[in-house]
Amino acid sequence: MSLAGLFLITFLVVHLTINILILFDDTRELFNQAAHFMLTNPLIQTFQWVLFAGFIIHIILGFVLQIQNWIARPMRYERKGFSETSYFSKFMIHTGVIVLIFLGLHFANFFFKVKFGPIEMIAYESGVYKDVGALVVALFKDIWYVIFYIISLLLLGFHLQHGFQSAFQSLGLNHKTYTPAIKLIGNIYSVLVTAGYLAIPIVIYFFK
Amino acid sequence: MDLTLRIWRQASAESKGQFVDYQVQNISADASFLEMLDILNESLVMKGEEPVAFDHDCREGICGACSLYINGRPHGPDRGITTCQMHMRNFKDGETIVIEPWRAKPFPVIKDLMVDRTAFDEIIQAGGFITVRTGGTLPDANALPIPRAAAEDAMDAASCIGCGACVAACKNASAMLFVAAKVSQFALLPQGRPEARERVQNMVAKMDELGFGNCTNTYACEAECPKEISVSHIARMNREFFGAKLSAPLKKE
Ligand code: HEM
Ligand code: SF4
Ligand code: FES
Repeated sequence: MSLAGLFLITFLVVHLTINILILFDDTRELFNQAAHFMLTNPLIQTFQWVLFAGFIIHIILGFVLQIQNWIARPMRYERKGFSETSYFSKFMIHTGVIVLIFLGLHFANFFFKVKFGPIEMIAYESGVYKDVGALVVALFKDIWYVIFYIISLLLLGFHLQHGFQSAFQSLGLNHKTYTPAIKLIGNIYSVLVTAGYLAIPIVIYFFK
Repeated sequence: MDLTLRIWRQASAESKGQFVDYQVQNISADASFLEMLDILNESLVMKGEEPVAFDHDCREGICGACSLYINGRPHGPDRGITTCQMHMRNFKDGETIVIEPWRAKPFPVIKDLMVDRTAFDEIIQAGGFITVRTGGTLPDANALPIPRAAAEDAMDAASCIGCGACVAACKNASAMLFVAAKVSQFALLPQGRPEARERVQNMVAKMDELGFGNCTNTYACEAECPKEISVSHIARMNREFFGAKLSAPLKKE
């Protein structure tokens, strides 16, 4: 669970660095070039299967864990507990499931289209690439799509805010000085990654 | 002060329970919570009704018998104390206090507010001890040099009284804080080291087998533990557990 979670956390950074390229030029050349690299590099293409495995392991374990935890308390309390907790830890399954729905839509709209759908080619001085960027821009012109993205990404941020430090505790790392540092880094990470991903649909909707 | 008590009543393990409201009057702010329940019970006995069953023994915060989930918190609103150490000054006149038993599958209700915590004993039996004969033949414990920091940490872990508030507080009904405290107190001391690998694996296996939930690091346990056991012990247990799983098993004769 924690290892898969940390793996997904690193993946999010890689994915974001590529996606954000789309905001840097109006011709989408940078982004299309990067997409071309990701789609053709054999190492990346192999690694993609490891990534799927990471998601599947994390999701299956997440559900199994949660179901066992529900079974462990068959009778609920009348008065809801309000102990001091890591706040978003209470909603990991909820934020997780929304992220899962998001993933489904994300796959249908990007992954499958990019991989198998017909995509127009676009020629730059550096070469001719699939115009993946045009697909992104077109989708993010739909306000409902943008709103759904914003909600899902915010919830992903909440998931990360708890998940980041939780993964280290699960792996046995709890230390007087390192743990507060991990919590701080986790908070910075969650905010930056969420803000980075959020910037893409918002900037495209309003400015592209 | 006058209070409304909303108490879980359940005649036996098999029967279906329900909440019953009671009024108590003229309770002193200096009374302890359990004394307040004693007053209620006396009035019930006078009326010929069945008194409310709840666990208690030492009434000074050391035995781990008392429990009670009071207004959404195990051992009530005060921090770092048990229900028996809590006083009525934590409540306001006219308040409604909801009193529930610990809720967890491995802690079935015996009667009213009493739950069966045998599951904790079973976890201890699975490895929460060292296998040496005690008595006159052992070298004096003080003869073993132990770093002060380790002794302090072990003592903190050993202050767990096995009350089960951690399970009650956890949204997953996980027993990790209890088990971690019992693993830690031995893992930190030389006497506990030889059996450390087997101990952690056996106790964790038992905990899972008994149907406690999984830890998702919400840290509610640490906030509610009357002995303020730290979740750093859970991290230690996780380390011990992975270490034990990864190292070669000891030879059995
Ligand atoms: C990019 C996506 C995701 C990332 C980066 C991520 C990351 C994490 C991390 C780091 C943890 C903490 C692990 C631990 O403490 O051991 C966690 C916990 C959890 N995740 Fe995710 N997750 C993602 C998607 C999902 C999805 C799609 C689900 C679907 C159900 C999900 C369900 C859960 C649940 C139930 C937990 C709580 C269990 C626990 O704390 O151990 N996650 N996640
Ligand atoms: S860890 Fe704390 S809350 Fe849990 S059983 Fe021990 S003393 Fe009670
Ligand atoms: S009655 Fe012994 S700890 Fe409360």
